[in-house]
Amino acid sequence: MAARAGKRSNGAPATSKPRSNGASARLPIAKTYKLYVDGKFPRSESGRYYPLERGGRLVANVCRASRKDFRDAVVAARNAFATWSQASAYLRGQMLYRAAEMLEGRREQFVAELVLQGVARGPAAAEVTATIDRLVYYAGWADKYQQVFSSVNPVATSHFNFSVLEPTGVVAIIAPEPSALLGLVSNVAPAVAGGNTCVVLASKTLPLTAVSLGEVLQASDFPGGVVNVLTGWREELAEQFASHMDVNAVVHCDNDAEMARRVQVAAADNIKRVVLRAGLDWYADESQSPYLIRDTQETKTTWHPIGA
Amino acid sequence: MARPDTKLRFDTGWQYAPAPESTDHARIDPQYGLFINGEFVAARRRQHFTTINPATAKPLAKVAQADAGDVDRAVAAARRAWQRSWSKLKPAERGKYLYRIARALQERAREFAVIETLDGGKPIRESRDVDVPLAAAHFFYYAGWADKLDYAFPGRRARSLGVAGQIIPWNFPLLMAAWKIAPALACGNTVVLKPAETTPLTALKLAELIRDVGLPPGVVNIVTGAGETGAALVDHADVDKIAFTGSTEVGRLIQRRLAGTAKRYTLELGGKAANVIFADAALDQAVEGIVDGIFFNQGHVCCAGSRLLVQESVADEVITKLKDRMETLIVGDPIDKNTDIGAINSAAQLAKIEDYLEVGQAEGGEMYQSGSRLPEAGYWCRPTLFTGVSQSSRVVQEEIFGPVLAIQTFRTFQEALDKANNTPYGLSGGIWTDKGAKIFRMTRAIRAGVVWANTFNKFDPTAPFGGYKESGIGREGGLHGLDAYVELV
Repeated sequence: MAARAGKRSNGAPATSKPRSNGASARLPIAKTYKLYVDGKFPRSESGRYYPLERGGRLVANVCRASRKDFRDAVVAARNAFATWSQASAYLRGQMLYRAAEMLEGRREQFVAELVLQGVARGPAAAEVTATIDRLVYYAGWADKYQQVFSSVNPVATSHFNFSVLEPTGVVAIIAPEPSALLGLVSNVAPAVAGGNTCVVLASKTLPLTAVSLGEVLQASDFPGGVVNVLTGWREELAEQFASHMDVNAVVHCDNDAEMARRVQVAAADNIKRVVLRAGLDWYADESQSPYLIRDTQETKTTWHPIGA
Repeated sequence: MARPDTKLRFDTGWQYAPAPESTDHARIDPQYGLFINGEFVAARRRQHFTTINPATAKPLAKVAQADAGDVDRAVAAARRAWQRSWSKLKPAERGKYLYRIARALQERAREFAVIETLDGGKPIRESRDVDVPLAAAHFFYYAGWADKLDYAFPGRRARSLGVAGQIIPWNFPLLMAAWKIAPALACGNTVVLKPAETTPLTALKLAELIRDVGLPPGVVNIVTGAGETGAALVDHADVDKIAFTGSTEVGRLIQRRLAGTAKRYTLELGGKAANVIFADAALDQAVEGIVDGIFFNQGHVCCAGSRLLVQESVADEVITKLKDRMETLIVGDPIDKNTDIGAINSAAQLAKIEDYLEVGQAEGGEMYQSGSRLPEAGYWCRPTLFTGVSQSSRVVQEEIFGPVLAIQTFRTFQEALDKANNTPYGLSGGIWTDKGAKIFRMTRAIRAGVVWANTFNKFDPTAPFGGYKESGIGREGGLHGLDAYVELV
């Protein structure tokens, strides 16, 4: 690796070639991209990686998460669910808004990382902007969707009867391959706004901003385990995401009909809710909606007698 | 301190005179065809199966066995009806058809109740007071939604899906048909419904009623048969939606089979509900709730309170009261108005229940059954409870679908909650306590779709019903039940 290290790019400065001579030469510090699990940034337990390259140059060695990493992430997500699902809606909204603040402050870092992965500067800036706005959008929904989708039911007997939404549990998200940041956040935000915890598999070809998003979430005081980010190969992880018996819902966003079918088959092992969001234009207004929150909600109906 | 003897001794001085409901006015044809495109037609292969009265094991009627070709005819009829008439009808007019069905069902309520009891074995008291009135109420409720869907989905418009394939179980045959058909039609879909093979008669009577009220041909089609008929419906390429109520096992198979298709689905599956009794509960009421929870409809209820969790300090008292109450339950002829517990729905189901009774004892559980006298013919099971079972016992973890209650104790709120949630199911739950805050702490923490506080097994068309976890996907009933039958644009 030493031979390649000299050619390694670094995320932070847009022009990252080390100067080759002169006393003022300074080698920029390259960032190691790891996973984000349980509020920490571990490497894959497997020790595996895959090289992310662009134009023949190594951009980063990306963790190739194993099934064990996924299982660990599900344990973290399940443990976090008890607190997160009972956190006040107001608090969940506050944290999502805080994440938007943090991302706004790190805008240049995220633009640079998108550029580093091959996104043109203009679209990269637009994607970060749209992502910030999406976080604000769902921050606002965190304490409102319940009122829109709940009901008091006029039953014929002498009971007070009402139906409310509750989070379905742990949601496994296979984020859209072509939309590194906006697509990922557009699926994570509605899940966690609704009190779910999640494990999300980042885009294989555009994984860097997903890992950096973990830093944003951590700095926003999201409890560890609420959002867990894995990088790796969907072809070896997607079915595990869908079949794990302690996952309640799986969200699949790729335009890959055969993979979607396999995900649906595996999901039936424990009657998971399957949400397919292939081919959405994540910039479109229609791609944000409280109905995306509702996709990973359960309706609970409570009966209580009226009388002495 | 010696407790007062609360036992009511029905076996000494008391005798109930027989009080059978009249069956004269309930017409059952010797043979039924399939209801396709507004008329009864023969199955292509001319094959039939026999539906029996489980209280006598005697045949009631022969019913056509639909094969894939028959299902294809029914789906084609439903598709034509959707394209040509039903989806083009003014929503208010759709609603009026549903009102007609509701009214006709009320007019013929007693006949439907009698046939439901004859074909399924449930006590006439239940089919008369619960199944049939609730079925009519469902049609009334959804009739009114037909022209009001714009108010149901904020920011979206609702469109019908097309043809809905619906598969229903044998425990509430008519009621489940109503749960499926009413919202589907209100939202502008047409349906192909498959009743359970042991209880097809009220669905076929409903087909007669639907024909009589003049519903356009093909809007509702009813195909009878067993699992293969259902599979043909699930696999049919021109079905847009599958709605299934039944076991988790079959639900899993259906979910797998639908993978890779564009079909939507809702699944209403099994349950193993915990009924949690705290020491501060009104114990006599709680005992009534336990009885309603597990012995209603012979325990053939997916949301039955089949696990009793009772706080340790009152466990002995509750179990004693419960045993005394069980002695008063009348097991017998379902058509008798005094009967509390009717016949087990089929020989196969009885065998399954009896197998669990053996399993429960083999695992170390202590079994107690009421001393009820059982009729000689037909399929019967005494009200049964198990004590001394553990969380891992099969009678605690698995759905028995019979009048069998597994009893566990707990000390703390948290222990009760952990035990309540410790199954793969999440359909329903119950809590009994006098403390309001404890009620809402528990109802919020139980991972189940329906939670009853100081009551159990209550149903209403306005109240959404459906499961968490492996108890299913989607809701039926209420505003939320519309979701299953619309595409939002």
